[in-house]
Amino acid sequence: MNKPYVRPLSKTSWFLTQTRYKRYMAREVTCLFIFAYTFLLVWGLKRLSEGPDAFNAFVQALGSPLGVLFNLVVLIAAVYHSTSWFNVTPQAMPIQRGEEFVPGKIIVGAHYALWAVASLIVLVLGV
Amino acid sequence: MSERQIQLEVLRYNPETDSEPRYQTYSVPCMNEWVVLDALNYVKEHLDPTLSYRWSCHMAVCGSCGMMINGEPKLACKAFIHEYTDQIRVDPMANFPIERDLVTSVEDFIAKLASVKPYLIPKEDKPISAGEFKQTPAELKKFKQYTLCINCMLCYAACPQYGLVPEFLGPAAISMAHRYNQDSRDGGRDQRQEVIATDTGVWECSFVGACSEVCPKHVDPAGALQQVKVASTIDWYKEHLMPWMKK
Amino acid sequence: MEIVKTDIAIIGAGGAGLRAAIALAEADPKLRIALISKVYPMRSHTCAAEGGAAGVIKSDDSMALHFGDTVGGGDWLSDQDAVEYFIQEAPKELTQLEHWGCPWSREPDGSVAVRPFGGMKIKRTWFAADKSGFHILHTLFQTSLKYPSIQRFDEYYATDLLVEDGRCQGLTALEIRSGQMKQFQAKAVIIAAGGGGKMFPFTTNGNIKTGDGMALAYRAGTPLKDMEFVQYHPTGLPNNGILLTEGCRGEGGVLFNKDGRRYLQDYGMGPETPIGQPVLKTMELGPRDRLSQAFWGEQKKGNTVSTPWGDCVLLDMRHLGEKKIDERLPLVRDLCISYLGKDPVKEPIPIRPVVHYMMGGIHTDTRAATRLPGLFAAGECACVSINGANRLGSNSLTELLVFGKRAALSAIEHIQSGLPDGKGAALAAQAQASEARISALMNKSNGTETIAGLRKEMMDTMETNVGIYRTGSELATACDKISELRQRYANIALHDKTHVYNTDLMQALELGSMLDCAEAVTVGARDRKESRGAHQRLDFTERDDVNLLKHTLTHYHPTDPPRVEYLDVVITQSQPGVRDYSGAKK
Repeated sequence: MNKPYVRPLSKTSWFLTQTRYKRYMAREVTCLFIFAYTFLLVWGLKRLSEGPDAFNAFVQALGSPLGVLFNLVVLIAAVYHSTSWFNVTPQAMPIQRGEEFVPGKIIVGAHYALWAVASLIVLVLGV
Repeated sequence: MSERQIQLEVLRYNPETDSEPRYQTYSVPCMNEWVVLDALNYVKEHLDPTLSYRWSCHMAVCGSCGMMINGEPKLACKAFIHEYTDQIRVDPMANFPIERDLVTSVEDFIAKLASVKPYLIPKEDKPISAGEFKQTPAELKKFKQYTLCINCMLCYAACPQYGLVPEFLGPAAISMAHRYNQDSRDGGRDQRQEVIATDTGVWECSFVGACSEVCPKHVDPAGALQQVKVASTIDWYKEHLMPWMKK
Repeated sequence: MEIVKTDIAIIGAGGAGLRAAIALAEADPKLRIALISKVYPMRSHTCAAEGGAAGVIKSDDSMALHFGDTVGGGDWLSDQDAVEYFIQEAPKELTQLEHWGCPWSREPDGSVAVRPFGGMKIKRTWFAADKSGFHILHTLFQTSLKYPSIQRFDEYYATDLLVEDGRCQGLTALEIRSGQMKQFQAKAVIIAAGGGGKMFPFTTNGNIKTGDGMALAYRAGTPLKDMEFVQYHPTGLPNNGILLTEGCRGEGGVLFNKDGRRYLQDYGMGPETPIGQPVLKTMELGPRDRLSQAFWGEQKKGNTVSTPWGDCVLLDMRHLGEKKIDERLPLVRDLCISYLGKDPVKEPIPIRPVVHYMMGGIHTDTRAATRLPGLFAAGECACVSINGANRLGSNSLTELLVFGKRAALSAIEHIQSGLPDGKGAALAAQAQASEARISALMNKSNGTETIAGLRKEMMDTMETNVGIYRTGSELATACDKISELRQRYANIALHDKTHVYNTDLMQALELGSMLDCAEAVTVGARDRKESRGAHQRLDFTERDDVNLLKHTLTHYHPTDPPRVEYLDVVITQSQPGVRDYSGAKK
């Protein structure tokens, strides 16, 4: 008599069973930090529209230890999130030149290079 | 060739007598150059003829002996004893129902593979007497990697999405559709898109990437699925933003 | 017992079985086709073939050359009418596979590429890197999914053929998943269940290659042919017998003994050819039987290299370079590194001959028909015979296709010949008897013999006495021993009483098949008092065309050794001659 046994899989904690799942969850969860930072920027715009006093208070809050800590955490999360995506781009967007495929390192490298250039422009404009 | 005593912990399940699986440990004298399959064969020959598992080629090409070895999806014929400690745990492939011991159900995968039309739907008809379709080495290389799938289903055992949503077509089936879509001789992409560019098709994939990490043949199904997503997205934009581009 | 009514039942879903199924489905979509296999189709051993498939396609090649290479390679034991049909159909079948999507390797202009193989005068082997059989199998399997009329019965083990009114009308099979028996009522049956190399301990064959299809036909009263011809592949990994394709040598790999000498030149295959410039049909591109025999000679002379796994010679591919090895022989490199820890790019690989293929099998004619009406056979389990006393590398994959299709067409002719309806009651009674046999086997508890024990004795017997070189006394010993093991088989114990996936029962049935086939091998070898192709006798060192230009036919007997009969070889255009693999004539 056949009686296939289906092993239970926890809907809420399956990702704790393997390191690669944790890594995946880390990539997914870090997007929340990017969302939070986007929200912060929108909040800043709102404060700006409310006048110089409101905006100064906002900027001051950013400079507080809590504000700095928040920025630092978001930065780390954003870097992790971005690099984990950069590293898989060759899989999603392979480029074939003639017979050979462009090595993944070059595609990933191009992303890092673009990132560096974009950051540089933002820094220059900021200063 | 040194010998080691390995404690092989195997998940046993007999549907006719057990209500749920249990572990049974065998003490197996293993040569260091053995693979886990050799250890299982030792058990079958010398310790317990009732242990059930599938195997055939012993050279990682028939795809029969997929199982979880210390929790990792592996072909038992390519899991080398020397890479493990003296305690090795063997489970049937995750995410599949257990029929008995290390034997799991294959039917769901076969049905999914068949559903994606995994065969050449030629762009043009050509009689055999007219000879072969021309295909340059570059055109061949474009899809060659995806032809290497041995249907071992380790990618399904690694895919949490398949575990959570059993309707998901899964890595190997969609990769095989992609293989034919990428073939210069094929003209069947539209037919396959109806099956794979769906909610239980490629859009169920969240790019965990585990499938590609465990693939014993380096097929990179995760890459194939992301490429299908990119192509499907381009289709959508063409259809909605550039309706005049429609064929 | 459930009865499955079908028009044509195919046993075995490897290359030949799938090709037959597709041919049937294409010929008539209304035909009901039952494709029955003890494993899922993609697990079939066709997947392990590496090198490629032979077929005349290039302008420098000709049908006459393919004919000559095949017949000479087979030491004139091939039936030449079968070879003529085979070589004509070969290119069509390989092109058909291309049209179905097989990823054949290509020339820069996009045409199909060919590579050199042993025993061939011209490059003729179509290849898909070094995974040709794998790609052929998967292309066929995936193509078969197109046809709704092909009904698959995966993981069903065929136990008996049903023969009534002098014709084959179906079979019984055990559904491995449930342990239930099913009766397949069919108007014709095609056996395509592969060879039985697992009767030897050291083989490239997978675990499933247990001669079940051969034994099935044999027990039903149709003879096996030329079973004594067992091919040793010259290049197997010494620790586990994993195959390194002949393509290694086709691409330019060379063989050395322990002194670094290209020893093949000492066995009639010289003179030595320059490294990196392989010359067709000589030295490393000689035929498999000669190369394996040369190894034996080196071993006797003490010229082999000692390894922990026994005596070896060295296969050197280093001069091919990493790029070529990765492009043409990626699997070989992976197998050497994974299973032996040696990289062919960096060092020579120790190898030794390993049992690879059975030239013999179910006796069929050029129509793939057996002597039992309604029963057809194709692939390694059959013996048409195109392979004669020694199969040429890369003819077997083509054979699957050509004769798989041929078996299908012949089966259709058979069922269209106006057959009367089968006698249901008589067939059902036979099916019941088969079921009773299986359940008696499964319920045996008081046996004293173990499956593993008998299997080991069988393998040891075959290894010791039925190897590359054979003698009358060793073969007599082997015949007695196998006969004894067949008697003792009646007394085996089965420990597993579960119906679901009872692999203990499977192994018992497979052992029964192997013992039946092994007896045909040993008796055929003992009685063939000559040396021809893969059958080399130290006590009869010459080929005897006067008395033994004949096929051996062995007829099954349930308890006694088989009855042996001889059948003339069909000669149409090539009289037996000298097999010359010396390059000197060029």
